[in-house]
Amino acid sequence: MGFLALQSLTKRYGDFSAVQDLDLSVGKGEFVSLLGPSGCGKTTTLQMIAGLVEPTSGKIMLDGRDLTHEKPNKRGLGIVFQSYALFPHLSVAENVAFGLEMRKVNRAARDARVKDVLALVRLTGMEDRYPRALSGGQRQRVAVARALVIAPPVLLLDEPLSNLDAKLREEMQFELSRIQRSTGTTTIMVTHDQAEALSISDRVVVMEAGRMTQVDAPYRLYENPATAFISSFVGKMNRLDGVWRQGGADIRGVQLPCAPSEMSENTPTTFAIRPEKIALCATGSGQIDGTITNAFFLGDAWLLHVETAAGMVAVSMPNRGEEPARAGMAVGLSWPPFALRAEGPAERPS
Amino acid sequence: MTTNRVTPWLLVAPGAVLFLGLVLVPLVLTGVLSLHGYNHTTGIQPDFTLAHYRAVLSDDYYLGIFWRTFRIAALTTLICALIGAPEAYILSRMRDPWRSVFLLVIIGPLLVSVVVRAFGWSMLLGSSGLVNQAMQALGLPSTRLLYTETAIVIALVHVMLPFMAIPVWTSLQKLDPAVEAAALTLGASPFTALRRVVMPQVTMGMLSGSLIVFGLSASAFAIPGLLGGRRLKMAATLVYDEYMHELNWPLGATIALLVLIANLVIMLAYNRAVEARARRTLG
Ligand SMILES: Nc1ncnc2c1ncn2[C@@H]1O[C@H](COP(=O)(O)OP(=O)(O)OP(=O)(O)O)[C@@H](O)[C@H]1O
Ligand SMILES: [Mg+2]
Repeated sequence: MGFLALQSLTKRYGDFSAVQDLDLSVGKGEFVSLLGPSGCGKTTTLQMIAGLVEPTSGKIMLDGRDLTHEKPNKRGLGIVFQSYALFPHLSVAENVAFGLEMRKVNRAARDARVKDVLALVRLTGMEDRYPRALSGGQRQRVAVARALVIAPPVLLLDEPLSNLDAKLREEMQFELSRIQRSTGTTTIMVTHDQAEALSISDRVVVMEAGRMTQVDAPYRLYENPATAFISSFVGKMNRLDGVWRQGGADIRGVQLPCAPSEMSENTPTTFAIRPEKIALCATGSGQIDGTITNAFFLGDAWLLHVETAAGMVAVSMPNRGEEPARAGMAVGLSWPPFALRAEGPAERPS
Repeated sequence: MTTNRVTPWLLVAPGAVLFLGLVLVPLVLTGVLSLHGYNHTTGIQPDFTLAHYRAVLSDDYYLGIFWRTFRIAALTTLICALIGAPEAYILSRMRDPWRSVFLLVIIGPLLVSVVVRAFGWSMLLGSSGLVNQAMQALGLPSTRLLYTETAIVIALVHVMLPFMAIPVWTSLQKLDPAVEAAALTLGASPFTALRRVVMPQVTMGMLSGSLIVFGLSASAFAIPGLLGGRRLKMAATLVYDEYMHELNWPLGATIALLVLIANLVIMLAYNRAVEARARRTLG
């Protein structure tokens, strides 16, 4: 059993299940993300761990101790709220010292700890500022420092980066990951941003409508999404409906090689391939030919829409400094064998 | 260009005229009146003198009434803060149908005339009123409540409570509930979280509530008039008596101005003391 274990954790509001039978075991020092669309129960899960929402049923165990009915002020977990929830009437140093003060740590030790933690989050020199005089990123770091200073066994982060602009957000992701590694604190982060979840966590928990649908390392999650929902929620995906035939795909009469699957012969099947797995090549030399209908420039990459006999396929290719293709060009598409996967039975037979 | 210069003046004109006509002019006239002499047989004299100011400031009778006014207003403010702040906190924690109902209960008294409410209290507190009857039924000796400072304070608190509860409630509305939750997760007990985190953030609300309550209490007329009786005077009733019974308008004007100045000084000093601290941190 892990360091932090959730056992069939459930929260119901009337007839509505916000979280349903969640089972999760988190190892010591691990960084786990809860990923899912809005309203799927991520915040509810986090707040149950924090003790701010009472579970309807199930258990929360921390290091062998049953936390389920413990009051939030007795749990000793560190929490960073989505809104940061800093104390606006206290300075940065006083905000960070609050948790230590509640633990009756003496003045000298407190000041030393606060100084260390502020250095860790790179806020040295800001001790006497008030939260309203800080930027969004600085506020977030104060919130992290305030949660870390009590040396919590578990750090809970509720969409800590959602209020930041794209650049700061990326910086803070690496900052968070650096802090987490240097303190070795077990961390659970809620996010609805798949890139954030993939980039900094050891494992990603995907939630859908109150249920956990997949728990995996970021790379494996991306490569082997368990459901059609996950494959479209995590990264981009081309989806083509066809039939499983002779150990491969038959999409509108086009035979394509496909990763092995347990589909039975002639089952209507949805096939999926990631846009970045496809490369352009000369017509006739790839798996299929087509015509570019749209070319979108994204800065670091091109996104091409290619009309083929099997349907519309999105292709993404890195920007290498030359204009690769224009709308109207005839191209061939090639991909490594097995990049095309049978995702499951087609919703409607083709 | 010319219209640009005139427009701002035209825009402030209605407000300025209203302010000048209804506040400044009467105030200046009162000031002038307070400087005229007064003679019991011939009335207001055309000469100017500071005699009334000297008389008021050196007479223990007047100073006693000023002191009582200040004491009653301060006590009312304190009691209103002690009742109104928790009341507002409880209100802010209620769910919706109840919150609207209780908000109405708090504001409700404002819809009834102060005079009617003062009469209500005088019936309750009278020597054979409900309160005394209840005390007798419990075997306690009957006490004189009506025409005491206690009666005035009770009735004033009743009238002023909404003016404290509503500003505090408004500042509680602006509070992020996660801030209190954050204090809890950092190990604070619910009471400590309330004291260290919620209370400091509603200081501004309590400050404005206190100023309103203090100002209104210090200048209250109907309640001390009806519940204090003829003997127990406060500043406003004293001014009324000078004008209407003694007919000594200059003396009445002097008292009115002195009370106004004292009130202003107290409120500004209080505002300074509390606001300076709150502003620095809360912005
Ligand atoms: N007090 C409540 N009463 C009733 N339903 C609630 C309550 N709190 C949350 N819910 C519902 O529970 C579900 C899960 O809410 P939760 O806040 O956990 O979502 P989330 O995954 O954090 O979403 P987001 O990404 O938008 O923050 C939502 O559908 C929400 O409407
Ligand atoms: Mg949420």
